Amino acid sequence: MKSDFTPPIGKISNINGQCISLIGNDIDTDRIIPARFLKCVNFDSLGESVFEDDRKTLKGKHPFDLEENKNASILVVNSNFGCGSSREHAPQALMRWGIKAIIGESFADIFYSNCIAIGIPCFTLPKKSIEEIQNYCNNQSLLLEIDLKNSLAKSKDLNFVLEIKESSRKMFLSGEWDATATLLENSIFIERKSKELPYIEFGYDF
Amino acid sequence: MSQDTLFDKVWDLHKVSSLPGGSDQIFIGLHLIHEVTSPQAFGALKDKKLKVKFPDRTVATVDHIVPTDNQSRPFKDNLAEQMIETLEKNCLEHKIRFFNIGSGNQGIVHVVAPELGLTQPGMTIACGDSHTSTHGAFGSIAFGIGTSQVRDVLATQTLAMNKLKVRQIWCDNKLSKGVYAKDLVLHIINKLGVKAGAGFAYEFAGPAIHELSMEERMTICNMSIEGGARCGYINPDEKTFSYIKNKLHAPKNEHWDRALRWWESLKSDENSIYDDVIKLDASKVEPTVTWGITPGQSISINQQIPLLDELSPNDKLVAEEAYEYMSFKPGQLIKDTPVDVCFIGSCTNGRISDLRVAAKVLKGKKVSKNVKAFAVPGSEKVATKAKQEGLDQIFKDSGFQWREPGCSMCLAMNSDKLIGNQVSASSSNRNFKGRQGSPSGRTLLMSPAMVAAAAINGKVSDVREFIN
Repeated sequence: MKSDFTPPIGKISNINGQCISLIGNDIDTDRIIPARFLKCVNFDSLGESVFEDDRKTLKGKHPFDLEENKNASILVVNSNFGCGSSREHAPQALMRWGIKAIIGESFADIFYSNCIAIGIPCFTLPKKSIEEIQNYCNNQSLLLEIDLKNSLAKSKDLNFVLEIKESSRKMFLSGEWDATATLLENSIFIERKSKELPYIEFGYDF
Repeated sequence: MSQDTLFDKVWDLHKVSSLPGGSDQIFIGLHLIHEVTSPQAFGALKDKKLKVKFPDRTVATVDHIVPTDNQSRPFKDNLAEQMIETLEKNCLEHKIRFFNIGSGNQGIVHVVAPELGLTQPGMTIACGDSHTSTHGAFGSIAFGIGTSQVRDVLATQTLAMNKLKVRQIWCDNKLSKGVYAKDLVLHIINKLGVKAGAGFAYEFAGPAIHELSMEERMTICNMSIEGGARCGYINPDEKTFSYIKNKLHAPKNEHWDRALRWWESLKSDENSIYDDVIKLDASKVEPTVTWGITPGQSISINQQIPLLDELSPNDKLVAEEAYEYMSFKPGQLIKDTPVDVCFIGSCTNGRISDLRVAAKVLKGKKVSKNVKAFAVPGSEKVATKAKQEGLDQIFKDSGFQWREPGCSMCLAMNSDKLIGNQVSASSSNRNFKGRQGSPSGRTLLMSPAMVAAAAINGKVSDVREFIN
């Protein structure tokens, strides 16, 4: 876990860093951060517990424990990453460990939304390209330069055109991924909508 | 692109604006909160100097961390006590209705909201919990969100979201005797896969769905997320309306008549367009049990655990992981697998009808001496009703422990946990590695009736041999 953690703010357009490969499909958020670590009222200490049980099982051989990965910041995963529980603690733990972007074959919907909401861009690539990156990472360190404006990832040996939802890409470039302020700008419309909805009138009789 | 489905109608009605990035701003009609995913959201609100915009559209209860053996305060677990205190303080400060322990209305958030009549057709419902999809059983559009989105709903009553596609899952015929909603949804997830629902809302429809009670429909929608769909729903009908009628917070008098007319109009049109349609025959579904580490890895009670060669290339990686973690051999029968712990409860199967069906199997029988079995009612209301019907006594007489309401060993945030590599027969929703509190614990998901049968025999059993 990096001791100098600062959460991202504002526009995010370039992410440069070393890749860390984590192989496996359907890696759920219980595995990313087991439920016992959810007993907290803030996210501060989650970084050190990321993948706690998987890491213990592998006794130092988990990618998140390898010395050569300690400064990595771009996580490369396979399909349906982050499935299961909606716990934002999962991407928060990854972020506090040092992850700034994730590239995968596919992501679970809620995990993806949580990543966007805290400033971690998630990109997809076809299975073949992901395997190419993961194989490369097995043998040597891969430093990637991600350019969100053009959805490109470049390195000494490998280059990729990354896929990302257009709405997400725009939100990172404009800084609107931190959505509260943008949503509040429409306060008048929110009030108006609340008066239009039939069930508001039915009342809850509180 | 889907058209004129219930999902389209409800989404369009709740759309506040199109955001600059291209996503929609959606009004959230009912926001449910609990102790685990809300404290950081309230913290963020404080940091941003914001208030809760519509306090009467948020409702709170406490469920994940509550002990089920002794609920007297302060809790023995200091961290759990700190979490409930934080929720109490936040609700008081922001004037949010809170159903606390002892109120008569506390319980698992997805059990409580429907039984109080808070969940209604046509609403958008959000909660910092992935099983929020449960509420779709009423024809609402309900989905799980993370803590930053909880913050956004508290501050603005809206969310930035991309509209989902709609897949109809049409279930023909009806379920056979001894086969329940849980079996059907496990079957659906197995056929479609655990990631097929990404980007989709699932509309469950057809004669087999129509036949289900509201509580069974909740079981189906609850597990949409296990198939990757963060939202699953069923068009409302007479059963929906009669379930809601006279509930504490249901519309009353002239409001009821107007509500009914509006709810009727929300159903997917006969000629509505779906992005995808899947059809299956519910009469072919048999009692189903998971053997692996994802809810998609399930088989019928009399089937063998699949061989690697029988699986699609994409499923092989996780299957190999599952054989190893579960200590199962490919080709082995799931039936007669010895179990150590039997758990009946959770937002999937902790309602009164679940307890009734399990009690029917248990009546006059004894839990195997090698098994620790416990039943956790989904809410205080469910517990009260069960006691009125004498179900608690049937459970206790059989050797089951009868507990207080909460999420309990579904995710093991309290002291209800597996130990070592124990095997549990569980009526919950997730068989992930370590899910039930032990990093090497093994979970077999099944219906509450099947859990009761497993408890009696001390091994995975076919409940159809217990019922006539």
